[in-house]
Amino acid sequence: MIEIRGLVKRFGSRDVLRGIDLAVAPARITGIVGPNGAGKTTLIKTILGLTRPDAGHIILDGESIDASRNGSYRARIGYMPQIARFPENLSAAELFAMLRDLRGDVRPVDDDLVRALDLHEQLYKPLRTLSGGTRQKVNAALAFAFTPDLLILDEPTAGLDPLASGILKETISAQRDLDRTVLITSHIMSELDELCDDVVFLLDGRIRYAGSVHDLKLRTRQFSLERAIAAMMAAEVAA
Amino acid sequence: MSGVIRKVLKYQASDAARSRWLLVYALFFFLATEGLLRFAGGDAKAVLSLMNVVLFVIPLVTLVLGTVYLYNAREFTELLLAQPITRGKLYAGLYLGLALPLATAFVGGVGIPFLVRGGGDPAFRGSLVALLGTGVMLTAVFTAIAFVIATRAEDRLRGLGLAIGVWLLLALLYDGAVLVIAATFADYPIERPLLALTFANPIDLARVLLLLELDVSALMGYTGAAFQQFFSGALGIAAAGGALVFWVAAPIALGARFFRRKDF
Repeated sequence: MIEIRGLVKRFGSRDVLRGIDLAVAPARITGIVGPNGAGKTTLIKTILGLTRPDAGHIILDGESIDASRNGSYRARIGYMPQIARFPENLSAAELFAMLRDLRGDVRPVDDDLVRALDLHEQLYKPLRTLSGGTRQKVNAALAFAFTPDLLILDEPTAGLDPLASGILKETISAQRDLDRTVLITSHIMSELDELCDDVVFLLDGRIRYAGSVHDLKLRTRQFSLERAIAAMMAAEVAA
Repeated sequence: MSGVIRKVLKYQASDAARSRWLLVYALFFFLATEGLLRFAGGDAKAVLSLMNVVLFVIPLVTLVLGTVYLYNAREFTELLLAQPITRGKLYAGLYLGLALPLATAFVGGVGIPFLVRGGGDPAFRGSLVALLGTGVMLTAVFTAIAFVIATRAEDRLRGLGLAIGVWLLLALLYDGAVLVIAATFADYPIERPLLALTFANPIDLARVLLLLELDVSALMGYTGAAFQQFFSGALGIAAAGGALVFWVAAPIALGARFFRRKDF
């Protein structure tokens, strides 16, 4: 689905990505983990074209994203940013209409998540009046609204109550069967352990592990992803 | 206009139009105009007093509201950039979506009191149009400068500081500097340097333009007098107007360049 070759990104004198080579398999859920500042968000933003790499290529289904005219490849992507801040005076309904309009999407909005998260009551209120958790629900529903083949979710359950978080996780799991690819970053290892088929472990802008969660557990001889990653980090410090 | 620009503009403007700050801004101009028309004694005096309000308030409010709005819209701008649209079009839509509501608030606030009086004294209708036009141009200039600041400065406090700094420099310190230069070099021919200074400041250009149009040379000040020596009458208006158009275009282009290259 996504192929990344030799990706390098510097912010001033800080090397954020130091040569990333990665293949993300289609119809699988891939988690990106790593400590703060490891380059997770930068990697995601580079795939979206929000950040321009200093070197390297990103290829989506055989086509380089640089060759995509007018960023049209982004029509295939549903993005859920980490922080949900929207125009204060618009309503969620207007937000859905706006993105649908901008994407030139003629299909009806996929409102499964709106229904599942019980957002209907909140759709016509100004976004500024919604609580942080409700805005995060709107954020999640927006990412799934335009039937994308690739979902990029940056800390999707942060700020959600357990009920909403559970519903969102079920929806994410169900994407596999719809033949959609999901890329998630999260700090909550148990959540990734539950959801992900594959995991990418980033440290200081380099990939330390990329492969299936199962293999990582075997390799580190741990039962949970959390312990497996901790074991890898401990080995890193020892080395 | 491209479809994408129009769509971004539509939603952005409907968000801005519902903001309380914009309403306060429009109300301010309405009350100022209404008050001046009632108590200043004559449309000519009202337009002249309004000019000073416009030259002072528009740059300040546009810079501050503009940068604050753009910093608040940071995360949403990222979400929009993740949609299948180009940065150039998104920039155009966001820019117009901010500049048009601000300009409309100003034109409405000043225009309505004149409109209910049947357009005011016909002799000063040209001056009123010039005042509205100059105000819209200043809105366009300072919205673009707000964009340049908000895209270049990562930190919002620094950005807000820069915005206020730009305003202080152009609206207040500039006049003082001109005065000091004129007093220090009073024995030398300084018309040309003063003329150059006028072109360096969009607020001063707008002032000179309006005073030339109103034909009140007594209020010209140093730079205005220097301006009038070089360009008389219509030529002066054309020169100042042309320079002001450049001042609109340059920061818009600069903002577009920064916006296209920025790492969000």
